[in-house]
Amino acid sequence: MELKRPLPTPMTPEAKPYWDGLKEGKLMMPKCDDCGHVFFYPRIACPSCHSRSVGWMQASGKGKLFSFEIAHRSLNPAFKIEAPYILAMIELEEGPRMMSNLINIDPDPTVVKCDMPVEVVFEKQNDDVTIALFQPAG
Amino acid sequence: MKELSNSVCIVGVEESDEVGKLPGVSQLSLHLQACHNAVADAGLKMSEVDGIFTAGQHSPALLGEALGVNPRYVDGTSVGGCSFIIMVGHALLALHHGLCDVALISHGESGRSGTGVTRGRDTSLSGQFEMPYGFGGAPTYFGMITNRHMHEYGTTLEDWAKVAVSTRAWAGLNPKAMFRDPITVQDVLDSRPMFYPFNLLNICLVTDAGGAVVLTRADRAQDCAKKPVYVRGAGEGTDHVFVTEMEELPLSVATRNSGKKAFEMAGVSHGDFDHIMLYDAFSSGPPIMLESLGFCEPGEGCSFFDEGKSTPGGSLPINTNGGGLSYTHSGMYGIFPIIEAVRQQRGECGDRQVPGASLSLVNGMGGMLSAAGTIVLSNQK
Repeated sequence: MELKRPLPTPMTPEAKPYWDGLKEGKLMMPKCDDCGHVFFYPRIACPSCHSRSVGWMQASGKGKLFSFEIAHRSLNPAFKIEAPYILAMIELEEGPRMMSNLINIDPDPTVVKCDMPVEVVFEKQNDDVTIALFQPAG
Repeated sequence: MKELSNSVCIVGVEESDEVGKLPGVSQLSLHLQACHNAVADAGLKMSEVDGIFTAGQHSPALLGEALGVNPRYVDGTSVGGCSFIIMVGHALLALHHGLCDVALISHGESGRSGTGVTRGRDTSLSGQFEMPYGFGGAPTYFGMITNRHMHEYGTTLEDWAKVAVSTRAWAGLNPKAMFRDPITVQDVLDSRPMFYPFNLLNICLVTDAGGAVVLTRADRAQDCAKKPVYVRGAGEGTDHVFVTEMEELPLSVATRNSGKKAFEMAGVSHGDFDHIMLYDAFSSGPPIMLESLGFCEPGEGCSFFDEGKSTPGGSLPINTNGGGLSYTHSGMYGIFPIIEAVRQQRGECGDRQVPGASLSLVNGMGGMLSAAGTIVLSNQK
């Protein structure tokens, strides 16, 4: 099957639990063992209290659409999803923000609204990579 | 830093021989043209340059080698397009401490033609967490900040369009500008949809261009060819790189911090400026910068771009060169607002001269309002 999206190369070692989780249908987020701060992207030290003790938690997959764009083209030839599509910044209910796409909704600014509730959808790309997309929570 | 206010001057500014579509000029040649032109503008010799400052693909060491200069001091700070604005402050410190006597800040970028350019940058993080979803290229990120601003403050597409209209009116007065025909708010709204909330005319040009700035200590500046322009204040800041990590989105902490430092050093406040240059990679950038700098309340920045305010003949001219939106935008645009502010302070701007300009603000961003540099320039001590 032809890939429609540029897939991560390389996956960094500190992000392995995130990518492993997605393959099992879990949205895993780094969480500081000391101050409890949940953050994204994965790093080996807490950006809030600077502790080196970082673990992982399973996020609910629920959140809100913090902001979005409606893309009428792609600037990356390796991204082959047909335009228009929705570039989405998701704010998870655990706090961190992450980039994704909002799917299963019209790409129309009168329909898509900032702060609308969303939920995760897992989409397998190949045997190594599953990604987290989001749809309106229903 | 307050005691260093007015201690150094900008004595030379110039672009490459041409700016625009230049497939026959390599990126390195854009640098060298700009450097030679700016040093000549200062009435200095290249052999007198002993401090080299540059950002982008070419290191200050390569630039020194290519120019035939053996610098005593180099700075390769690279935090995006505002790096050159930040380097004005760095050059000030180096000059003050005698680490160099003539500082040359250079930019050259074959952003449109890619002539003499090898591509390649770190994507280890964005390749995992952004690119699989279609992110990549500044419009896919800056629109996020812009749309959230619209959500929080009720800003409209018409509000952003006013910025592009005002900037184009200035470009009409700059013979070097790529696009000079006047446009209307409706023209912006009717232009090709790109990445909502941006249509084509909300987004900067992509050009080939170089620019350079020469600084020296104020005592020596009096002997240069042109009227010296004093660096009254300089400040810098960084916040995030990834927009998901932007602390106060849609406002920029980096911009606020850089402005606060520069204003304190210069001993000026918002109402003192009679000319403003802001980094306009997107029409929404300048209003958000004005808000972040504290010129107005969040959400009110677009009101500066009403006819009669930022526009030619207006009460507070902004982006008088025609900006990245209509004059030139090679990629790392930050050298060009410095050049324009110096020319305004010298009174060299012809049809677009701001009468009696005596205090210019230059503020620029790196990345997506991620880093920022602010300088305050004046033709008077």
